[in-house]
Amino acid sequence: MSSRDVVLARVRRALADVPRGEGYEDVPVPRDYLRVHGSRTPEERVALLAERLAEYRALVHHCAEDEVHMLVMRLLAEHGTQHVLVPPGLDPSWMAAADPVRIHDRAASTARELDAVGSVVTGCAVAIAETGTIVLDGSPDQGRRRISLVPDHHICVVRVPDQVVDSVPEALERLDPVRPLTWISGPSATSDIELDRVEGVHGPRKLEVVLLSE
Amino acid sequence: MSGTYLGMPAFPAAAASSTQDARLRGNLRHATHTIRDKRAKAVAELDDWARLRAAGAAVKDRTLRHLDHYLEQLEESVTAAGGQVHWAADAAEANAIVARLVRETGEREVVKVKSMATQETGLNRALAEAGISAYETDLAELIVQLGDDLPSHILVPAIHRNRGEIRDIFREQMARWGRPAPDDLSDAPAALAEAARLHLREKFLTAKVGISGANFMVADTGTLVVVESEGNGRMCLTLPETLISVVGIEKVVPTWQDLEIFLQLLPRSSTAERMNPYTSMWTGTTDGDGPRTFHLVLLDNGRTDTLADTVGRQALRCIRCSACLNVCPVYERAGGHAYGSAYPGPIGAILTPQLRGTASELDASLPYASSLCGACYEVCPVAIDIPEVLVHLRERVVQGGRVTRRGVKTVLKPAKGHAAERAAMRAAGFAFDHPGALRAGQRLAARTRRLHPRRLPGPGRAWTDTRDLPPVPAESFRDWWRRTRGEERAK
Ligand code: SF4
Repeated sequence: MSSRDVVLARVRRALADVPRGEGYEDVPVPRDYLRVHGSRTPEERVALLAERLAEYRALVHHCAEDEVHMLVMRLLAEHGTQHVLVPPGLDPSWMAAADPVRIHDRAASTARELDAVGSVVTGCAVAIAETGTIVLDGSPDQGRRRISLVPDHHICVVRVPDQVVDSVPEALERLDPVRPLTWISGPSATSDIELDRVEGVHGPRKLEVVLLSE
Repeated sequence: MSGTYLGMPAFPAAAASSTQDARLRGNLRHATHTIRDKRAKAVAELDDWARLRAAGAAVKDRTLRHLDHYLEQLEESVTAAGGQVHWAADAAEANAIVARLVRETGEREVVKVKSMATQETGLNRALAEAGISAYETDLAELIVQLGDDLPSHILVPAIHRNRGEIRDIFREQMARWGRPAPDDLSDAPAALAEAARLHLREKFLTAKVGISGANFMVADTGTLVVVESEGNGRMCLTLPETLISVVGIEKVVPTWQDLEIFLQLLPRSSTAERMNPYTSMWTGTTDGDGPRTFHLVLLDNGRTDTLADTVGRQALRCIRCSACLNVCPVYERAGGHAYGSAYPGPIGAILTPQLRGTASELDASLPYASSLCGACYEVCPVAIDIPEVLVHLRERVVQGGRVTRRGVKTVLKPAKGHAAERAAMRAAGFAFDHPGALRAGQRLAARTRRLHPRRLPGPGRAWTDTRDLPPVPAESFRDWWRRTRGEERAK
């Protein structure tokens, strides 16, 4: 008998008390919890996102389509970035004014090469107002998971209000589980030493979120 | 401390020595109270908390009642997404599978995300015996590993260490494992975190194999979920070429939609955050992004025995948030090590004796490592009635009864002689010697009495002779139930 058969047989014996005819759908799951906590206009939703992101010590910026390239340039300069990682499908206009050398993440580039890069700029798949979370799904404007992880500075551009949802249930509805997903709420942090919160252990120490109005 | 739980003294003895340790108690008290207060605020923010909690419990119950179905579905969807599924009936088998998979890659070093399942199976030691070095990458786990120590809390495993101790451990031990700590390392948390960052980055950038656990596995999509804060999890899950995840079979949830419940319940109960800094989800392998090879090792190791017990089964709902630890008056005094397993606190007191059986004096004493105050039930986001299971397990220790061990039904004999009862009573006595625990415990004393026969025959007599020691409150079980649970339900 394989271990698979052993474990499954044990499971079935252990469940002798479950009536034979009971289907898994027969066990009721009450789903009367809320889909959204409160009701908001699109503007209020974006405002809440900004507030919750800031509470997690992400740096939040608002800007319009025609200013985004200047803002990105300024943020990169302020961080002192020499090299910036750019996912293949990023809107080129966002980087139009950026001085740093653009690095494209290639399959062949090693993690060590990425480690030498100062900043990364990505888009996002969806942002959740209630929890202050941005979600990346590896689309061409976001790139592979590692590019938003290894550099110390992550600039994430969120199109508002389109990409903003209120709640976790709404976000899951929009996401495709087949894609690799990374949910980010503020910069990397630890509270392991006497519960003092310290930002930036392994992920980016600085997370800047640009709320781009369309 | 020698990095192993084997041969640990029974709970009362271990608790007696740890309660003497003023520094440990100070650290613990500060930590548990801080997290506890923050958690209450985070939970109060959601006015549907009671409904989310009921839904979470119900989803887990549905899963457990049809676990065979969901495991087969999970296996199918993980395989379809490009993963390979392995089954392990016990710890030794899980460790052997992982060691073989690592060896097949030709590598001798692995990076690990914090994983209670591999702590439970003693994987690091087994890998070391196979000539493979496993590096823990969670900051607290690193502190524990470098200090040749054991975790003492589910969420903050090094909660028993203060900053001065951590600095000394880093200074003395980091060089042995890789990049040494800077000479002028201070005890500021930011400096310590930076030292860990530099030390571990070397490992992340070169590791070819990563080992993880998972918080959830979604049956219908084959998605695995890891929830964390530091980014070490993301490093281990995405940079290596091979990823091996060792996960208890009870971690499966039926559908993608079910994550909406648990991703609300877990962070708020655990770190008291609206959402933890990082959550990673992956479904098999993705071309060009992340590991090219993904192995999922499904671990039984006593879980099916736990499943066979219709009262104790609910312990398998646990999502390891650690909220029950932070409210437990006994945990606060005894510390996590006294529980002698990867699972400390109230959940450890009911899970460990079910996973391992109650043959050892330590495991037989665990159901008594509680004051039955009920605080653990109240905070539990999946509504596990820990006091109910504790009482049930006490009965089993004293009276014996039908149990399943390693998949085989057997009849457990009542605890022999007076040894177990004495161990048990000392544990209970310990709780009741402490005024805070006692006050809390009185609330449930009446309930315990109802669930026990008044007087036990034979060897159980000594136990019944002494078990009325704590004063019993005027309030009856029924009243208590109506006042506490009734309200809860009505919410
Ligand atoms: S038993 Fe409940 S409160 Fe305790 S760790 Fe598990 S889920 Fe959390």
